[in-house]
Amino acid sequence: MPYRSPIRHIIAAGAFALSVSGLSICSPAFAQQTVKIGSVLSVTGPASFLGEPEDKTLRMYVEKINAAGGVAGKKIELVIYDDGGDANKARTFATRLIEDDKVVAMVGGSTTGTTMAMIPVFEDAQVPFISLAGAIDVIDPVRKYVFKTPHTDKMACEKIFENLKQRNLTKIAMISGTDGFGASMRAQCVKVAPTYDVEILTEETYGPRDSDMTVQLTKIKGVAGIQAVVNPGFGQGPAIVTRNFAQLGMSATPLYQSHGVASKSFIELAGAAAEGVRLPAAALLVGDKLPDSDPQKKVVVDYKQAYEATTKQPVSTFGGHAYDGLFILVDAMKRADSTDAKKVRDEIEKTKGFVGTGGIVTMSPTDHLGLDLTAFKMLEIKDGDWTLVRPGG
Amino acid sequence: MLARLSQRYGVLIALAAIIALLPLVFPSTYYYRVASLVWVSAFAAIGLNILMGKAGQVSLGHAGFFGIGAYAAAIGPAHLGLPSLAALVVGAGFSALLAYLVGRPILRLRGHYLAIATLGFGALVALVITTESHWTGGPDGMPVAKLSLFGWRAGGSGTWYWIAGGLLLGGAWIAFNLDETPTGRAFRALHDSEIAARVTGIDVNRFKLQAFVIAAVYASLAGSALAMMNGFVNPDQAGFLHSIELVTMVVLGGLGSVVGSIVGAAVLIMLPQFLTVFQEYENLLLGFIIIVSMIFMREGIVPTARRLISRGRA
Amino acid sequence: MPEFFQFLVSGLTVGAVYALVALGFTLVYSASDVVNFAQGEFVMLGGMVTVFVSTAGVPLPLAALIAVGVSIVIGLLLYWLAIAPARGASAISLIIITIGASIFLRGAAQIVFDKQFHKLPSFSGDTPVNLFGAAVQPQSFWVLGGAAVIVLLLYVFLERTLLGKAVLATAANRLAARLVGINTATIMALAFGGSAAIGGIAGILITPITLTSYDVGTQLALKGFAAAMLGGMGNPLGAVVGGLLLGSLEAFGAGYISSTYKDAFAFIVILVVLFTAPQGLFGRRAVERV
Repeated sequence: MPYRSPIRHIIAAGAFALSVSGLSICSPAFAQQTVKIGSVLSVTGPASFLGEPEDKTLRMYVEKINAAGGVAGKKIELVIYDDGGDANKARTFATRLIEDDKVVAMVGGSTTGTTMAMIPVFEDAQVPFISLAGAIDVIDPVRKYVFKTPHTDKMACEKIFENLKQRNLTKIAMISGTDGFGASMRAQCVKVAPTYDVEILTEETYGPRDSDMTVQLTKIKGVAGIQAVVNPGFGQGPAIVTRNFAQLGMSATPLYQSHGVASKSFIELAGAAAEGVRLPAAALLVGDKLPDSDPQKKVVVDYKQAYEATTKQPVSTFGGHAYDGLFILVDAMKRADSTDAKKVRDEIEKTKGFVGTGGIVTMSPTDHLGLDLTAFKMLEIKDGDWTLVRPGG
Repeated sequence: MLARLSQRYGVLIALAAIIALLPLVFPSTYYYRVASLVWVSAFAAIGLNILMGKAGQVSLGHAGFFGIGAYAAAIGPAHLGLPSLAALVVGAGFSALLAYLVGRPILRLRGHYLAIATLGFGALVALVITTESHWTGGPDGMPVAKLSLFGWRAGGSGTWYWIAGGLLLGGAWIAFNLDETPTGRAFRALHDSEIAARVTGIDVNRFKLQAFVIAAVYASLAGSALAMMNGFVNPDQAGFLHSIELVTMVVLGGLGSVVGSIVGAAVLIMLPQFLTVFQEYENLLLGFIIIVSMIFMREGIVPTARRLISRGRA
Repeated sequence: MPEFFQFLVSGLTVGAVYALVALGFTLVYSASDVVNFAQGEFVMLGGMVTVFVSTAGVPLPLAALIAVGVSIVIGLLLYWLAIAPARGASAISLIIITIGASIFLRGAAQIVFDKQFHKLPSFSGDTPVNLFGAAVQPQSFWVLGGAAVIVLLLYVFLERTLLGKAVLATAANRLAARLVGINTATIMALAFGGSAAIGGIAGILITPITLTSYDVGTQLALKGFAAAMLGGMGNPLGAVVGGLLLGSLEAFGAGYISSTYKDAFAFIVILVVLFTAPQGLFGRRAVERV
């Protein structure tokens, strides 16, 4: 073996060191009259259907807020990083937001997985973090600096079971996605079912990328006495479940989807099979069908119009979560008349009667979500559109 | 021989110097985080490189061992009452045992068949981790207790920078020394031609298995370190994409080169941090950079650089 | 018993999807020894281009034709711009290049198209057909039939045409093929173009069932690769059998054992098969030269 000089290795290693320190060039200079708000979202990857509308919503409204003069006398500078759905990457970007960008608050975390990975960073740094993830674990137990805007998966189960109970359908089957959303909601549903006297007779699961669920549904079909089927899941899975459900001629059994499919594209993908499917969702999807007296009506109709005009894509409740998070934060900054992270945190916790796309939010030191079951509407798909199910219906 | 020895120590001293001096140019703790990630990934890549570069066997499921290490660090303290450090050792031991048991039949396969078998193994590990949510927290993962030694707790990115750096130095030192043992020489023979190695009386299967076990232990330790550093684990760590990422680090840096594994890890960890400013063009650019580097530096970055430098001298 | 047939139909439909992807793998591998991990991206392209072109008002059959054309062009570009320049690189380096290409194509698709899920209408409606008590989507017949036609055409091409024999010759021994006057570069370009076309057609056939988005390729490549290896790499018949077997394993595993560990059964069987037949079910024995 020929002799090789260590110097070559040192040169290679030195080049590496330089490239690491070169990172600092990327961080923009900190301007006096701006306040930095950070966001780590899953803009690409398997959860991009959450991250993308969130990303577009944040950019659109920060621009609007700045055009109207900013907040607490400062313009907002928005720093968004894409974690691609990878929790480890999310964690690194969270550190970057805190240590390098020095943001005063964060609105983001598209999935429960990425949110849970980022929570320690914000707790340690004492910077408020408004999460857009679904699972109840985000706010239960309450952490001082962590808030969230979407309804919890537990609430979705409760809303579905409440409706089942009213219809006297108490023997159900569940078919859940094995992604984070589906698994977490499944666990919550199993936990709260007894409170509503709902009995889960059988359970099936499917993988996040599966393209055929007829096998699982055939098994459910074979179990006697099933009165309804509940499908906790998000992404394309529930659309395929719904189609296979119709294919197997099971449409006489009521099918319940979750708030994880709350976008027009679900109806589009599932097609005619979606008729009669029920799901709990925020008022945003049925804004134009709300009575004029509903306090949420103006907010949700305005958001829907703005979003669809800018992006040319159908509105989803996911983008709405980002809207709620951003404005809960901005309102807190206004009330505090400050951009100090601790003062902002205290004001977020005092949020009271905030009218958002997801509901009317009133937080407290023991409730960092501030929504109750009334924030959820039970919807049914009829003639390719959402309709409100009358209370007791 | 002496020259080669001094060269190895030269590299190690240079690496130690870089680890020691790098913080002087860090403007914020975020850089500690990125560098720690590089050290930990490089450690796993060095291990995989022993299998791929030295013994010439591919593994597309190596993240499985990484995941076992990561979840050992999480489950040990949370469910079994083990101290973190003991959990790390148990995880590494379990990975070694599993590698030994699975490796015996798997390593008889060649080339792409070995690739799919290791891929299947990794997929099974990831599936178990995702499914057994009582133990693992399911797809959303679970928190990990912070590492504590005699009452002292390893906390922020700063501390972990030094732990990860130390780990990397140790891993590189062992990998270098392995070259000088009979095992290392057997690996090289194996890499050049399995049949020729067999003919010269090398127990091919035993050495392949040794390399597989060593690589599994490296990955497991790296997984434990990352889990404790993050304070959180999730099944992505054990997934197929992470396996691919580890293989890419090894090949991009240079098969068989310890320094190459470190450079490969550094490139793949830091690229997304640079490219994030390009927003939606990030993946496009990442793919482009990987293609172009492999076309123009087909032996990997470090071997190519080494060749260019020696050609420049001649 | 109707349950059994329902599981079988599901397994064969999903299996035909895997088989179509595996066929693409196997064609490229035959001619060039490259395992092309960007194969799934051709399937994505077939589906996504058809969706977007037909949304723009082009009739579906024409849109499908355009999609296959686009896939072929991308396949050829992949060969000329990324694989051919790296000629002589090791197998693992070439795999990394195709992984890079797959990340690149996904990145391009998310910009050119979007990140939403999309569907195509079923070719023969959505009314299920009753077969031995199993409800079958008409599109399943299209997918199964498509796979059958493609494997037949591939077989005829490889065994009955001069060009096809040149592909086989290149696969068997590249140097010898070049010595007898075969332009091996052209053959490899042909293989990449052909596998891209198969991928594109697969994407069009399966989208009415599976839906599509810019990132469906990864999972398909994984399963397609597994199917190709199970059947024996480089053998078109092996690819089809491997795909159908893999799909059926998943369906029966989920049906009779547990849907939670569905993917596990498939991989366990692959491991067991490889332990007993290290070249896959129909693979040729490799001889290593010293």
